[in-house]
Amino acid sequence: MDAEYRIEMKNMSKSFGGIHALKGVSFSVKPGEIHCLVGENGAGKSTLMKILSGAYRMDSGEIKINGKPVEITSPAQAIKQGIGIVYQEFELANDLSVAENIFMESLGKSAFVNWSKLNEEAQKVVQSIGFDINPRNNTGDLSVAYKQIVEIAKVLSKNVSILILDEPTAVLNDSEAEVMFKLLLKLKEKGVSIIYISHRLDEIFKIGDTVTTLKDGEITGVNPVSEMTVDKIIELMIGRELSDKYPKRVSNIGEECIRLEGFSGGMFRDVSFSVRKGEVLGLAGLVGSGRTEVMRALFGADKRLSGKVFYEGKQVNFPSTVKAVRGGLALIPENRKEQGLIPALNIRKNITITNLKKVTKLNIFNSKKESEVAETLSKKLRVKTESVESNVFSLSGGNQQKVVIAKWMNTDSKVVIMDEPTRGVDVGAKTEIYGLINDLATQGNAVILISSEMVELLAMCDRLLVMNQGIVKGELEKENFSEKNIMQLIVEEK
Amino acid sequence: MDRIKKIDWGYLLRNYLVVFVAIVLFIVSSQLSDVFLSTQNIFNLLRQLAPPTLIAIGMLFVIMTGGIDLSVGSVVAMASVFTAHLLMTHNLVVTIVLVLLCTAVFGAVIGYLVAYRKLAAFVVSLAGMTIASGIAFIVSRGMPQRIRNDALRSFAVDSVLGVPILVCFALAFVLIFALIHRYTTWGRIVQAIGSNETAAKLSGINTNLYTVSVYVLSSVLAGIAGIMIASRVNIGSPLAGQLMELDAIAAVVIGGASLAGGNGKVLNTLMGVWVLGMIGNIMNLMNVPSYPQDVLKGVIIILAILLQMSKKGKDINSSSMA
Ligand SMILES: Nc1ncnc2c1ncn2[C@@H]1O[C@H](COP(=O)(O)OP(=O)(O)OP(=O)(O)O)[C@@H](O)[C@H]1O
Ligand SMILES: [Mg+2]
Repeated sequence: MDAEYRIEMKNMSKSFGGIHALKGVSFSVKPGEIHCLVGENGAGKSTLMKILSGAYRMDSGEIKINGKPVEITSPAQAIKQGIGIVYQEFELANDLSVAENIFMESLGKSAFVNWSKLNEEAQKVVQSIGFDINPRNNTGDLSVAYKQIVEIAKVLSKNVSILILDEPTAVLNDSEAEVMFKLLLKLKEKGVSIIYISHRLDEIFKIGDTVTTLKDGEITGVNPVSEMTVDKIIELMIGRELSDKYPKRVSNIGEECIRLEGFSGGMFRDVSFSVRKGEVLGLAGLVGSGRTEVMRALFGADKRLSGKVFYEGKQVNFPSTVKAVRGGLALIPENRKEQGLIPALNIRKNITITNLKKVTKLNIFNSKKESEVAETLSKKLRVKTESVESNVFSLSGGNQQKVVIAKWMNTDSKVVIMDEPTRGVDVGAKTEIYGLINDLATQGNAVILISSEMVELLAMCDRLLVMNQGIVKGELEKENFSEKNIMQLIVEEK
Repeated sequence: MDRIKKIDWGYLLRNYLVVFVAIVLFIVSSQLSDVFLSTQNIFNLLRQLAPPTLIAIGMLFVIMTGGIDLSVGSVVAMASVFTAHLLMTHNLVVTIVLVLLCTAVFGAVIGYLVAYRKLAAFVVSLAGMTIASGIAFIVSRGMPQRIRNDALRSFAVDSVLGVPILVCFALAFVLIFALIHRYTTWGRIVQAIGSNETAAKLSGINTNLYTVSVYVLSSVLAGIAGIMIASRVNIGSPLAGQLMELDAIAAVVIGGASLAGGNGKVLNTLMGVWVLGMIGNIMNLMNVPSYPQDVLKGVIIILAILLQMSKKGKDINSSSMA
């Protein structure tokens, strides 16, 4: 049974109501091939993969595995076919331990569990991707990056012949992703077929053999990676050239806006810095460096042990998120599914929830005004949807992210904290978001940007703070910006 | 130019299934018994259902936040006993104000423990249930107490334009709360809290305060229901309101709300109350003895919920995991 292709998907079609997510897509992967799948937000990448993994049923089309026609009608059947998938949005049980999540499926099969062995094995899998997480930790307490690692470990712990990764590196640093890439290449040698979805196009050139570009539910190209360039791929993705990925801004930096002094908490120690009006301050660091935690403490989402905050020179205190928002702060959280979006509310209601005053009078909604506000922001961020009345979780991952950004663009915040704002967002929309960051700064707001994408930090920020293990390791002014300098500060002993 | 919109039956069925169930039940009942359709029976039934309607509305908003309030039945007893007791020394208006104040404080305490101390709503309200019931027994010394107050009495027996006041009252509450749910920030926020409290909090919403407000509402509505019952039977009794919390929960769930929170509709909850009421009523009319009635009622509740689930299942398949 030596078929040429491990997977053949022919003429796949899928609609959701009036939206044709896939319009007759054909997609094949050879054994031992790393096949990259790219396209704009909402192009249909995740939908195609969810059909393969049994999460969605196709409307029409044909799937062959190892040359044999198969019907995949449930996730269980996909697993039986040797398919393993890391979904774009996490599917972890937050109340279980890391080890329990990793071995979820095998746990159900035996009556007794050897816990110490289970934990040991879990640790091994996690370490093989280059990380160290206590397997006994509660999964719900992990940051997004660690959750991503657990998801990857979960699928790698199984013996799969087809591995699907839907944006596994969206929150990882280049150097952190490197270890996983080595592992993928090893699996490829063993003959595993890998489908790799990412908006970080440079990754394609590190590991990919073939790249398929999707646009509006149709294939626009299937090419060997060796014959492509980033610009060519972008053109196939968005149908035009992208001239300027990082829009320029003339920085006009004013007086001090907000200052933190001696912030200490569970995951960080003695963090002090200030941001001025019109300034974009970047926070660089590895996974677990405490950047997110410091910002959550500033925003009143977590308690801190000590530390003072000064706003325009006056000491202030934000003991709760309510006070923080009232005081002019905004926090775009790292985890859109758990911290950003409210599933029972549609896109319109999700966007306006941060600033209800703007669309109400005496606490009663002005529907026309509300629709206008939501409509305007959704257009501005190019959220791909039929209408703002749609369910937020019917949006593609990148478009959900845009809604989270939109809801904070709806406030008149003076200090905007962005934690991985471009996570899962396509190249075109990233440029939009960079434009928004520039606008915010130009209007005299202070912006704090956390990102795992080094190029993004280098291009967008006026100043960089490098953190590692909860400590500020150093500060870089614009003239000293380089990846090398950042990495040096991270590894430097203090 | 007139363009008739096509009716989306799938949407209607998914969102208002209980309305169809109520209509079917109504038609079936009218076939089973001639008495059912008589004005007397219908008004009697509706009058009887006025207190449960109020309690169910309160329960709906509690459930919408992802909580539950098991204390409402006992709060009814407490309110009815307080009413009888206070009326001996105070006039009706003062009595009503005092009773509602007490129930509001009671709800605020439960809400505080749930929202700020993060205790499980189930446990807190269960404790609240025994406390309220205990208070009712202490104040009444375990004895039902006669009420002699014409104003209160007329509230239960009088009609406006042929419709009993109690019924008008209940329907007005339904309408007002349906509007509040739909058009006010309070309604939106309560729903947001049940759907994703973390995200709501990170959006700068004082989620704890809103959670407390929902328990206050539930308690006050139970208080009003208690006064209504007292006016109907002219007695303040520590045994009033027994098991009404369970009927309210059943009505809310039959109305399609999920116990996990985040959704629910006031109109559907009213239908849930009516469905339960009609089932009881028709069995009474057909002389089904009380214990078999309980069994049948339970079975019908389960069937109604299964029907809801099967309709929703289709939705979930295509929208989860996105
Ligand atoms: N469950 C659903 N219900 C309704 N529409 C859906 C659903 N899932 C996906 N869609 C729609 O199908 C289209 C394709 O979505 P898909 O998630 O496949 O995009 P994607 O290529 O993975 O995008 P991204 O890069 O943002 O993750 C989008 O327009 C999306 O709104
Ligand atoms: Mg996707």
